[in-house]
Amino acid sequence: MEQPTCTGRRTFLQDLAMGAAVLAAGGPVAILSSSRSRAATAVPDTKSKEYAFVVDVDKCIGCGYCVEACAKENKVPLGYVRTWVERYVAAGEGVHIDAIDRPGEILEPPPAELTQNAKWAHFVPKLCNHCENAPCVQVCPVGATFNAPGGFVLVDPEHCVGCGYCIQACPYGVRFLNPERHIADKCTWCYHRVSHGLQPACVTVCPTGARQFGDRDDPTDPVGQVYQSDNWQVLKPEMHTQSRVLYLGLPREVV
Amino acid sequence: MLPEGALNNFFFPDNVHIEWSLMIVLYPYITGLVAGAFVVSALYHVFKVKEFETLSRFALVASFCFGLFAAVPLLVHLGHPERAFNIFFTTHTTSAMSIFGYVYASYMVLVMIELWLVYRTFFIEKAKSTRGWQQLVWKVLTLGVTETTPAALRVDHGLIGLLAGIGIPWAFVLHGYVGFIFGSVKANAWWATPLQPIIFLMSAIVSGIAMLMLMYSFIRWRSKLPYDFAAMRRLMDYLWGLLILDVTFESLEIVYMFYEHGHHWAVVAPLLKGPLFGSYAIGQLLILSGLPLLLLGYLSLFHAGERRFLKLANFASLCVVLQVLFMRYNVVVGGQMISKSDRGYVDFHFEWFVKEGLVVALIILAAPFVTYFVISRILPIFSDDAVSTSGSGRY
Repeated sequence: MEQPTCTGRRTFLQDLAMGAAVLAAGGPVAILSSSRSRAATAVPDTKSKEYAFVVDVDKCIGCGYCVEACAKENKVPLGYVRTWVERYVAAGEGVHIDAIDRPGEILEPPPAELTQNAKWAHFVPKLCNHCENAPCVQVCPVGATFNAPGGFVLVDPEHCVGCGYCIQACPYGVRFLNPERHIADKCTWCYHRVSHGLQPACVTVCPTGARQFGDRDDPTDPVGQVYQSDNWQVLKPEMHTQSRVLYLGLPREVV
Repeated sequence: MLPEGALNNFFFPDNVHIEWSLMIVLYPYITGLVAGAFVVSALYHVFKVKEFETLSRFALVASFCFGLFAAVPLLVHLGHPERAFNIFFTTHTTSAMSIFGYVYASYMVLVMIELWLVYRTFFIEKAKSTRGWQQLVWKVLTLGVTETTPAALRVDHGLIGLLAGIGIPWAFVLHGYVGFIFGSVKANAWWATPLQPIIFLMSAIVSGIAMLMLMYSFIRWRSKLPYDFAAMRRLMDYLWGLLILDVTFESLEIVYMFYEHGHHWAVVAPLLKGPLFGSYAIGQLLILSGLPLLLLGYLSLFHAGERRFLKLANFASLCVVLQVLFMRYNVVVGGQMISKSDRGYVDFHFEWFVKEGLVVALIILAAPFVTYFVISRILPIFSDDAVSTSGSGRY
């Protein structure tokens, strides 16, 4: 017998109660903890998958929940971020850019003279691109940064010498030297969560589905569908890094 | 290419720090002095430039002193210096940096073997003429080889020539490859050029020659010993010719970028007109390259009197060592000022009392000279210095 496609009244009420609890508990962290218990039942084999990350620029509303959730989930040191959200406002005289780059930050509205002449505006989330041909992996002198099965680019904290060469080599500026651990640090796509069957923290808290994570080779996975549509873009394609972060609707001005 | 009409006002949030600061400025600087000084020594041993006979041993000892401290800035910089030997244990061969450990270590071994061969007979003589713990030290330094027959000395001489011959390309590899570390970073428009290794190499040689000139003049002045003007004039001839090549390559990089007018120039031009204008355009190019080029040209083409030669040659050499220091700063720090957003430039401030600050940098920079001073009190470096004349006078 097929599962009903519409939500039942009981389920709807449960979700409503959950939503109210989430809002009352305060945003992204509550969503994270609720999703953790729900999704942890199905543990995927990360080695057999080819993960990719989809950023749908048109869906991002710049709430910054992702930045906050990432910082809390990964204990990102103050003053650094593993993910951030850029805001582009294109006016007649050029492009105004700023970013949500602190947990809990809410951007001020752009100046009135800018918004009056604005042609378009977009929020663009940024994170590690987990490149298949990663410059950071190439240059690491001790092999501490590596391409892990499944498509993750990770840093081995026990071997990193903290030389910073990977920070120089990354074309996307997503790496930093962790001031507390003195090693290279960056987004891991929440490997610790994914390997337990969860989604990355930023994906979980995104209220509009602007961030999606999944198996690019699975045609039933929304990420797989995007990947196979072949209608996505990557950042700095001239760097030939074979990025695994696929953008939809990426404005030309985004670097 | 920057999009049309984009504003230069935004840099990525993790790009606010200059990760490679003064220590990584010093690292290629000291490595350059190692390579440059070695070349002078090898010019005598391999290319038979007779004028450099009095300088060759001095140049070799100087190269060794700089070499001892070439990796110290790297160790200070590392987040985990206790893991430094991972570069040998878990070598990642796709990384240009991973080869450094091997190139540097093998180069230092080569220099030490050559030094041992040069000083072997001195060690033997001291082992015979001293007593007690001193004798033990000298005996250890002989490594148990005590033969000083004419045939053995001929073998020594041949080996020294061979090591110097191997040492020249090895010194070139040591420093050219430092340039490769920067030149191969495609993410940085100010670094990424195939000219970078040759620029680093040429600047290494000129800085080494100029530093030897300054050290030699100072040592001879302090010890009130006569100058070898023939050697000094020849040294300045070499310095002029190599500085012409060095500045040509440095300029070629900019001219090429400017004429190409592509992405690189779009982000480099505001850097050179803005944060690097003083240290690059005025400092490195106009003053510290222009002045020594003119002065060294004058000294090479016209026969200046001895007093004038000393003043001008030392002033020109000072300019050259500073030029190369400025060049290292402009490349290393300047390149990181460009945010990966291609739209913003990060500030850099000199700090005195931090781990990678000016005080530590000055201490590391002074260390090779202190080491040289100590060695010069123990080993004969010039045939007429105090250590040489206190013994049998053969050194």
